[in-house]
Amino acid sequence: MNRLRGGLVGRVLLVGLVWLIAYPLAVVLLESVRGPGGWTLEYFRQFLGRTGDWQALWGSLWISLASVLLSAAVGIPLALLFWRYEFPGRRVLGVLVALPAVLPPLVGVIAFLFLYGETGFVARLVQALFRLEQAPWRLEGAMAILLVHGYSMYVYFYLLVRAGLAGLDPAMLEAAASLGAGRARTLRHVILPLLRPSLAGASLLTFMTALASFSAPYIFGGGFRVMTTQIVTSRLNGDYGTAMVETVTLTAVALLGLWIIGRSGETTATAGGMKGTGGGIRLQTSGLTRVAVTTISWLLVLGLLLPHLTLVLLSFVPIGTWTVETFPPVYRMVNYLALVRDPERLRPLLNSLWMATAATVIAVGAAVLAGPLVTRRKSRGGAAIEGLLGLPWVVPGTVFAIALATAFSVHQPWLGRVILIGTPWLLPLAYLVRNLPITSRAILAGFRGLDPTLDEAAASLGAGRWRTLREVTLPLLRPALSAGAALAFVTALGDFVTSIVLYTYDTRPLSLEILSSLRQGDVGVAAAYGVLLMVLSALAFAAGRDRRTVET
Amino acid sequence: MTPFLEVDRLAKRFAAVVAVNEVTLTLAQGQILALLGPSGSGKTTTLRLLAGFETPDQGRILVEGNDVTATRPAERRFGMVFQHYALFPHLDVGGNVAFGLESLGVRGADLDNRVSEALRLVDLQGLERRRVDQLSGGQQQRVALARALAPEPRVLLLDEPLSNLDPTLRERTRREIRALIRRVGITTVIVTHEQEEAFDLGDLVAVMRQGRVEQVGTPEQLYGAPANSFVAGFVGRASALEGTAVESDAHTTRVRVGEAMWSVPSPASGPLRGALTLMVRPEGLRLGPPSSPGVNATVLDRRFIGAEALYSVRLASGAELEVSGDPGAAKPGDSVSLQPTGRGILLYPRSGR
Repeated sequence: MNRLRGGLVGRVLLVGLVWLIAYPLAVVLLESVRGPGGWTLEYFRQFLGRTGDWQALWGSLWISLASVLLSAAVGIPLALLFWRYEFPGRRVLGVLVALPAVLPPLVGVIAFLFLYGETGFVARLVQALFRLEQAPWRLEGAMAILLVHGYSMYVYFYLLVRAGLAGLDPAMLEAAASLGAGRARTLRHVILPLLRPSLAGASLLTFMTALASFSAPYIFGGGFRVMTTQIVTSRLNGDYGTAMVETVTLTAVALLGLWIIGRSGETTATAGGMKGTGGGIRLQTSGLTRVAVTTISWLLVLGLLLPHLTLVLLSFVPIGTWTVETFPPVYRMVNYLALVRDPERLRPLLNSLWMATAATVIAVGAAVLAGPLVTRRKSRGGAAIEGLLGLPWVVPGTVFAIALATAFSVHQPWLGRVILIGTPWLLPLAYLVRNLPITSRAILAGFRGLDPTLDEAAASLGAGRWRTLREVTLPLLRPALSAGAALAFVTALGDFVTSIVLYTYDTRPLSLEILSSLRQGDVGVAAAYGVLLMVLSALAFAAGRDRRTVET
Repeated sequence: MTPFLEVDRLAKRFAAVVAVNEVTLTLAQGQILALLGPSGSGKTTTLRLLAGFETPDQGRILVEGNDVTATRPAERRFGMVFQHYALFPHLDVGGNVAFGLESLGVRGADLDNRVSEALRLVDLQGLERRRVDQLSGGQQQRVALARALAPEPRVLLLDEPLSNLDPTLRERTRREIRALIRRVGITTVIVTHEQEEAFDLGDLVAVMRQGRVEQVGTPEQLYGAPANSFVAGFVGRASALEGTAVESDAHTTRVRVGEAMWSVPSPASGPLRGALTLMVRPEGLRLGPPSSPGVNATVLDRRFIGAEALYSVRLASGAELEVSGDPGAAKPGDSVSLQPTGRGILLYPRSGR
């Protein structure tokens, strides 16, 4: 009877996931080879013949690879610095420097715009200093995209490398030292090889994020083409066949990247347990080194956080009060008040909140249902569920948005297709799909960490399935649940990629309101929305991490 | 004896491995059974079948004549103490002990009373609000015991109860557990791979190998009359030696070992003939000067164990034995002659087990 119930949950879950995740992608693949007159390769032929598409594909590829290198160049030294040296403020800075991870990409992009853009602070400062007639530069094109990517994606290298370093066996370093290896040799021949899984993971994460990046190329791209923006343009132009082919191509590139980088990270587990004295690792700095390390760290962190501070500053600037001055002359609360008082301004906030909440709750629920099926029984169904849950992570957000828009644009209930486009339901569904990989990854990891004998202990003490779930499993999963929920909520709240394809006026989320405020020249309101997103994201993360982990 | 717990031809197979093979056991109310065997012998699987965590492929489990084979663990009312205790880390001591009582619908003051009663039983009174990770290993184990006993289960199951404890704590804990089980009077099954533990805790000991029960009996029966050479070797020290029965009657068997002829008491199963396996306990042989009649051997090593010494000796055939003797009887390198003492040599037909 139990087995039957487990089987039923599994089947319902599997069908739901196939319908939401695999099916829309299959529809896109089909539509890319189907024209008005039946099966055709016409769209692919057109695609191959267009220079614009080749440029976009090449642009996506090299920007993504360059983003990986740039992020590594910032993130790895930063991680080593915070791991190796003890200096005043190390802990606080170590947390602050990871802050861009909690920020929605669009917020990062506009913050960058306000700081380094044509009319940003730095440009104005340079202009004033050198008494130039015009702005000294325009922030546009590939270099601008790359800068933004490096700025926001170094966090992946920083976080993963720090995690990798934390997992290093200190005895390994002591062994290297006792064998006469100097610091440089230890770094090159011991630390970096041991960090290979972390480095591969960070490279993969950065590559996939850069490949899927939409906000930066959309805002800064100018004439520079990448696949994500190309897809949206094709679709907006009504060029559906082309959009389908572009979508399929981008997915293929993403899968290829996953395969190549994923393979390079495979490594055999290191032998031997951890047994060393942790104290030996961190160098206590003193004198000149201490001053230098501290200064460098503070400056680095300040530089990395400057865009966000800019955003906060600008959120207090009323519209029309800042023209040619280097710094805005007037600071008021009007922008924030407008968000609350003006129903039209409040609307996007409420939209984003309910849609993100709904997507989060369902994603967490699905992951909890999937947990026992995936981690306990070694069934094929469990593997399929886990694969489906992870799939949206591989596929760029733009692709999913197009796939959902395509699959749910016709009424064919017997094919599982209903019209959801234009309804308030499509966007939360899209958020849900995008949330599933991150949420389920956190929650499944939680399930894997559970001691299965606790379930048996509960059963032997007479607790049924429901009581065991409620009083044993869920309380123990709480850290994983809150982490998964926080990640999901923050992602959905700041989503721009899928929103721009799927929103309707009534369901317009925060990100699109930021964009339209920006277009109307209302920098203050855009910044205020951005700060709000920042604060809400930070709060969600704080709530997700605050729960004390239960030690076993 | 009226059977309280009966296990009837229980079998469980995992893929290609037969983990438990036709296991049959019977326990009277209040009896303690120790399942003893090397790792992989099926003792833990047997326990998990009893608890209901695994479903048998064949066989039945009966409690007071009622078939509980298909009863879910939650309804079986068997208390279990897990090897690593499996205390709920998010609940305090009281919460852990109350968990099973709450399943029975015990609430309010009654619950509190029964929790503190259970804790008093294991000598942890007053520790209700303590976090479980603040307890020592021994205390955690006592909480696990209290938690299992609080709902007054019909049968108590203990999986390697002492394996997680500091060696210095083990003997004391063993005595405490034995006293506790006796006091509660609960029918108990204990899994262990340590003979000393099994003998100390069990009224009955079942020796298992490769999924089968080789022999069930009291510790005295197992030591004095092991059913086969495996049990003889597993229960207490014994070295195997090959010999040939020359003459055998109900009382005495004359065995040729190398050039010597030994007279050894015949097994209870009756006279033997042909090729034999002799299971020789250290007290089964005595060391004599090389000139005396017996099997010649060379002393390899001598270890002192209190008043006696344990000698490792090698025969001309290459076989090595452990023989106990006076610490001054010989020293490494000496040639000696071995003669039976009249006890501690067990005879088995060589082909048999």
